[in-house]
Amino acid sequence: MCSGRIDLEFILRAFANGQDGVFIGACRLGECNYVTHGNYDTFGTVLLCRRIMRHIGIAPERLHIAFMSAADGNILAESINGFVETVKKLGPLGQAENEQADDLAPRLQAVRRLVPYIKLVERERLRVPVKTREAYERFYTGAEFERLFDELVADRLAVSRIMLLLRQKPLTTQELAAALDLNPSEISGYMNGSSRQGLVRYDEGSKRYTLADVA
Amino acid sequence: MDGVEGQAGDFTVTLVKKPRYIIEDKCTGCTTCMEYCPVEYPDPFNQELSQNKAIHIYFSQAIPLVTYIDETCLFLKEQKCDICRGVCQNKAIDFTQTPEKVAVNVGAVILSVGLEPFDPSVRDEYGYGRLQNVLTSMDYERLLSSTGPYEGRILRMSDRTHPRKIAWLQCIGSRRVTPGDNSYCSAVCCTYTQKQVILTKDHEPESECTVFHNDIRAFGKDFERYFQRAEQLPDVRFIRSYATIVGEDPQSKNVIVRYATADEGVKEEQFDMVVLSVGLNPPTGNRELAEKFGIALTDHGFRQGTADNPLATTRTGIFVSGGFQGPTDIPESVFSASGAGAQCGQLLDYRRGKLTTERVYPPEKDVSGEEPKIGVFVCHCGANISSVVDVPATVEYALTLPDVVYAKQQLFSCATNSATEITDLAKEKGLNRVVIAACSPRTLEPLFRDTLREAGLNQYFCEMANIREHCSWVHSKQKEDATEKAKDIIRMSVARARHLEPLQEFDLPVDKAALVVGGGIAGMTCALSIASQGHEVYLLEKEDHLGGNARRLHTTIEGLDVQAYLADLIRSVYANPLIHVSHRAVIQDVSGYVGNFFTTVESETGVQQIKHGAAVIAIGAEEYTPTEYLYGEDERVLTHLELEEKIAARDEQVVGAESMVMIQCVGCRNQDRNYCSRVCCSHAVKNALELKDVNPGMDIYILFRDMRTYGFNEDFYRQAAEREVRFIRYTPEEPPQVEAVESEGKPVLQVTVADPIMGQRLAIDADCLALAAAVIPSSSTKEIASLFKVTLSPDDFFKEAHVKLRPVEFATDGVYLCGLAHYPKHIPEAINQAYGAAGRVLTLLSHDTVVASGAVCEVREDDCVSCGACITACTYGAIEFRETPRGRKAWVNPILCKGDGLCNAKCPTNAIVLKHFTDEEIISQIDAVVTAEEIFETR
Repeated sequence: MCSGRIDLEFILRAFANGQDGVFIGACRLGECNYVTHGNYDTFGTVLLCRRIMRHIGIAPERLHIAFMSAADGNILAESINGFVETVKKLGPLGQAENEQADDLAPRLQAVRRLVPYIKLVERERLRVPVKTREAYERFYTGAEFERLFDELVADRLAVSRIMLLLRQKPLTTQELAAALDLNPSEISGYMNGSSRQGLVRYDEGSKRYTLADVA
Repeated sequence: MDGVEGQAGDFTVTLVKKPRYIIEDKCTGCTTCMEYCPVEYPDPFNQELSQNKAIHIYFSQAIPLVTYIDETCLFLKEQKCDICRGVCQNKAIDFTQTPEKVAVNVGAVILSVGLEPFDPSVRDEYGYGRLQNVLTSMDYERLLSSTGPYEGRILRMSDRTHPRKIAWLQCIGSRRVTPGDNSYCSAVCCTYTQKQVILTKDHEPESECTVFHNDIRAFGKDFERYFQRAEQLPDVRFIRSYATIVGEDPQSKNVIVRYATADEGVKEEQFDMVVLSVGLNPPTGNRELAEKFGIALTDHGFRQGTADNPLATTRTGIFVSGGFQGPTDIPESVFSASGAGAQCGQLLDYRRGKLTTERVYPPEKDVSGEEPKIGVFVCHCGANISSVVDVPATVEYALTLPDVVYAKQQLFSCATNSATEITDLAKEKGLNRVVIAACSPRTLEPLFRDTLREAGLNQYFCEMANIREHCSWVHSKQKEDATEKAKDIIRMSVARARHLEPLQEFDLPVDKAALVVGGGIAGMTCALSIASQGHEVYLLEKEDHLGGNARRLHTTIEGLDVQAYLADLIRSVYANPLIHVSHRAVIQDVSGYVGNFFTTVESETGVQQIKHGAAVIAIGAEEYTPTEYLYGEDERVLTHLELEEKIAARDEQVVGAESMVMIQCVGCRNQDRNYCSRVCCSHAVKNALELKDVNPGMDIYILFRDMRTYGFNEDFYRQAAEREVRFIRYTPEEPPQVEAVESEGKPVLQVTVADPIMGQRLAIDADCLALAAAVIPSSSTKEIASLFKVTLSPDDFFKEAHVKLRPVEFATDGVYLCGLAHYPKHIPEAINQAYGAAGRVLTLLSHDTVVASGAVCEVREDDCVSCGACITACTYGAIEFRETPRGRKAWVNPILCKGDGLCNAKCPTNAIVLKHFTDEEIISQIDAVVTAEEIFETR
């Protein structure tokens, strides 16, 4: 098994389980013992996941990847010790973020629902052609990635979160805006799209959105 | 060994087995007897630095892992005490045992009798045994070891404190002609010292390490980088100086070392501890052994080989491997062992397999209808785990986990009796999953899987929890936390074990032919060895003649006539009906996998497809074309290969020269090539000696950075110095300058170099200049690497699967490596390695089948939406679309699948599954990191 086997879901699940940090050890970049260089895939997963974490209000430093060979025991020890320090400083999940665990949980749940979609998007739009550490870091911190992230992931994530909220009870535009920390016009935009797809409907009487199948 | 009679193919060897005074079958290695034994004596395994008992286990990984009784035993001496007999519950102690004579009938003998560390007490000047804080490197090795006298703590002998300042003295017992010392270089000490420095800094980051050395002989693969790593650590000094031990400070017992540097002259410095980097002696009892086996020894006391076969002795059918050849490091010991195996195979091929019996496992039980019934075995690993982790507490804890029906602690789960116990208990308790909480699965998982098979369980029902490397070894100071962590690790493994599924491995047929790429000495030697064991060999050579680089060599430093030898070798290759040589061969394509490769080759006879089970890469290397020192501009500037050819041809320009300068390290040990070409120092010395033979009056200067005439070649270096070849050291910061000028009316090459001893620049007028041009990877390296899907080292030589464990194999199954393609080396070393590769090839080809793993990917067709994400993720081409009644679906070829699982992480519908590492199995572990009550309720 290669570190490239690590699924986005594994990382998100660990955070959803309340872990305060996730450490991934992978082979040295460019030194794959096989021909796969799957550690670059792991690296891509990590960089994307960190962006997602930032988006949903989890400190991205809580996810760490270190590259080492089987003979690099010293690197393993140093990087784990360093990471433990980092996580200790951040405190329990939510503390450094100024978030309640109750608030983070539904956001993580919304992302996890999107994992199959994110995998498709990653393959179509987020592949880095050059396998170097610099190229990966440059791509995932660049403006183009930001644009793609907003277009492909952020919007879907907002809808996913709205659906999860509406599953609990009907809500007004203002209530949704407050819950997602978005302005009401952005919410209206998402809701128009979702009602066109027949996912939600607007109840004129209560002035609330509700899931279409609940009605 | 008492005696040997007979001849190759039919030896009778008489062995005398000394009594152990223990019935091996009955001893469980519980060590109770050791606790009660009243006799303490210095433990030979720990260099007598700690105490052991008269009844003890030799060392913690000894095989078999049972006790024996030493001659210090009071009962054996005076029949006084037999406490051990009373406390042994298994009645394993038997004082009636007597020496036993055993005669074995064998076809061949391999002497792998090893080496003996040099004993510095033979010379008073080293202070060993006289000064408490002077140790040998072997003593220090034990101090560093977690099974050593102080559990891995470095302590001084005099006061049991941590030494802060430690010095290493190199070349102890080596490179000296004084009586009692060895004249040769022991070859391994420079690098092992660097290892000890790195480990010391790792143990105690504050310590100051000083190495007094002569040359740094970092001539092995990746050694130069390793040296740089050690040298660049803070508070580490490498001082080039002869150093002597003056004495000790009577109060502090610090050791006083006297040395000299160019800047400061002679000075004395105190160190808390001094480590003598002792060299390697021939094995103890070598002369007696040689006499019994009827083989000859060299003057140095190692086996006398033949110039073209370093693994042979002077007696047919008796081979050597490892240290008995001479100072040898681990990789060479390992591949020479394979090589000796190959040569036995050549001798005894006619009766291969006649004594083997097939291993029969009990039929596999179908447990699919059963609930998981998990057994947990927690290993003490002697004290490796139990000195930190509270093993009984983890056993108790394991019993509280879901589906765990049985848990037990074991002293060493890997010991034969423990494995049998696991098998027996699995049957008795009806276990259908087994968790072994012990060490890393890397080493012992195969053993435990086998244990399950013996119990009639599918081997994939075995799960290992690594509580040693991942716990006890790294948390030795936090015992309570370590115990909690061990429980966590065990809980995770149990969670995973609940989901394990039985998987089937399958047998692939093996094509019996081999392909050897490269027709130099390594390739031909390998091909001949394989062919002589009955296998067809396809030998590919890119030129229109065989021989490779050796065509340009005329003698070896030991005196082998290379051209005569090469002619013989080429003749044998052509004469062998099983070897098919293709000249001007270019590989167009390689497909297939271990046991079943298809290689398309274009050669002078056209294009052919070759089917073969194994491939050997022996494509050699090339000589660097210098851009330095007027090479290519002035015809008097030659490389050493060119010089050698001209010496052989008695070219007057060369042999008639009044003055010759040789410059070492041209094109390597620099930023472009951060490695040592290994052969050039000896090559220069050889050419210098040849020139002195032809023209004794010639002035010869060798400008060098470190003379790396390792091993027995040191004697030739000394010979050259005695014959007034002048050796002048230069540094890379101040390299020699070369100018073509007129001097006293004669055109000369004027070489100027800083003389570190005289402290001024020295100008030498030379008629001829020889450059030690680097050995560089063959220009076809990258192409061959990509065709065979094998990897390269940082310096672009081929990268073996593991430097020590698998030195002639690639990570890609069925592909092997030898010769210069691996790294620069001398002819005898290349021959050794070629036999080594042949040995590994034979291990594969002598079987009819190879086993493919069960942990490969599989597609659940119902979930597959044929998006192709898995196909683009797979670099092995193992996945393809296939038409099914329900449309196009992905399909995995389980033979090509390497089980990396990239596809699994890419599949949006989780339709492709890496068996044994399924989402369910991995997620169960992730969830078990936290106990149920800790998990977010909202999950």
